[in-house]
Amino acid sequence: MQDMGEALAVAMTLVLSGDGDLVEIVGLSLRVSLTATVAACAIGLPIGALVATNRFPGRGAVLVVMNALMGLPPVVVGLIVYLHLSRAGPLGFLGLLYTPAAMIIAQTILIAPIVAALSRQVIEDMHAEYADHFRSLCLNTRQTVQALLWDARYALLTVALAGFGRAVAEVGAVMIVGGNIDHMTRVMTTAIALETSKGDLPLALGLGIVLMILALGVNALVHSLRLTAVRQAYA
Amino acid sequence: MREAIIHGPEALTAGAVPASNLLPLRVRGLCLTLGGRRILNSLDLDLGPAGCTVLLGPNGAGKTQLLKVLHGLLEPDAGEVDWNGAAPGQVTSRQALVFQKPVLLRRSVAANVDFVLKSRNLPRARRHALLDHVGLGDKARQPARLLSGGEAQRLALARALATEPEVLFLDEPTASLDPASVNRIEEIVLKAVRNGTRVILVTHDIGQARRLADEIVFLHGGRVAEQAAADRFFAGPRTPAARAHVSGGLVL
Ligand SMILES: Nc1ncnc2c1ncn2[C@@H]1O[C@H](COP(=O)(O)OP(=O)(O)OP(=O)(O)O)[C@@H](O)[C@H]1O
Ligand SMILES: [Mg+2]
Repeated sequence: MQDMGEALAVAMTLVLSGDGDLVEIVGLSLRVSLTATVAACAIGLPIGALVATNRFPGRGAVLVVMNALMGLPPVVVGLIVYLHLSRAGPLGFLGLLYTPAAMIIAQTILIAPIVAALSRQVIEDMHAEYADHFRSLCLNTRQTVQALLWDARYALLTVALAGFGRAVAEVGAVMIVGGNIDHMTRVMTTAIALETSKGDLPLALGLGIVLMILALGVNALVHSLRLTAVRQAYA
Repeated sequence: MREAIIHGPEALTAGAVPASNLLPLRVRGLCLTLGGRRILNSLDLDLGPAGCTVLLGPNGAGKTQLLKVLHGLLEPDAGEVDWNGAAPGQVTSRQALVFQKPVLLRRSVAANVDFVLKSRNLPRARRHALLDHVGLGDKARQPARLLSGGEAQRLALARALATEPEVLFLDEPTASLDPASVNRIEEIVLKAVRNGTRVILVTHDIGQARRLADEIVFLHGGRVAEQAAADRFFAGPRTPAARAHVSGGLVL
């Protein structure tokens, strides 16, 4: 086993020199998780907004399910997607298993409930505040939802970033449906798991550093978004 | 029974006002319960075609809730509200309500007005005149939520006027305003009344009621305790509760 400090030093050079393998892995990670975040927002935001602005029978049950789905274990999501995409599965003919597309699907399923549940809360609070004004203007549901989504934009960006943070850091789902194939479906988390088990600590550590920086960056972005919103009294 | 309007023609100081076909308003047996408490208790009210009616009454008398019911934002438990043949929900779009606590969107002052104009397919060009009208022309680009309390009230008024409502509800539009802003808002209200807008205004400022009202409606105990032309009301309220309210006494 290599010396820890030595491994860290090599890791830093890998990161700073922009090592080809490392850049490729980080690039795929970002591509998969950002795409999944966009897809999850496209699904989760309308659901969150509709549940937030409408009263219907069974709404309480929907809320419970939405909140429960927030805690979906990634490996379970991976398993379910695997069962659908495997050759014997109902969507096997698409040939998506072990492709980045499969990873995007899995991460979308993983974080769409997070986006839906968190945005539901944000939008519902704002709707409670705006409801009388909107009803006085006789807005229809589409106008109401549009206005709420726009006025909650800062809080909803934070929600999206929370989803992205969860997607980019998860390992179970992408491992199962992506397979961690070199130059194909290897992302940061699966690479770290593999390289660590192989004993190649520098690459694992280098990726770990990038992942940490990414997490820090996301949090800094959330923080500055919040500051901007507060400064303009748009929070 | 539609002729049975309680106040006489002397209430209508602005006689040349064209009659709005939303009026007369006829309310019978209105009951409203909120949180297990009876707020409005079999309330009857008739409002004539024009002028400014000022709604007086102690804190918690139900003035705000009554405005919401009349505007179609709140469904009463029982009773009949009739805007010249239409239910409140059918005429909401022809009315506007300035809330006691103005609800400002998380946008610029200009965008707050634009939002209302766009919701009615009205030309955005009207925004300048509206903001100038309430003295906010130079604040158009500022975030609306950073306005002072008085400025926020004026923005809410500009937004309400944007749709050229036939009926304008004002819920304490000058509470916590400086004297100059109060004057300004009162002038705007009087101008709206002269232009034929039917104004229904809630205030605790008796001086303001004297300045603006053609007619007074005094709310107490969940009903209209007294309704009279303004000069007659201020010459001497008939009910003890109204007398006490006007003179600053305790109303129980
Ligand atoms: N959602 C609610 N649930 C329970 N009670 C409510 C609710 N909304 C209002 N009330 C009660 O209804 C009563 C009348 O309220 P309302 O706001 O109409 O009073 P108001 O006459 O406008 O008083 P103010 O002069 O203080 O504005 C109050 O006692 C208030 O506590
Ligand atoms: Mg009130």
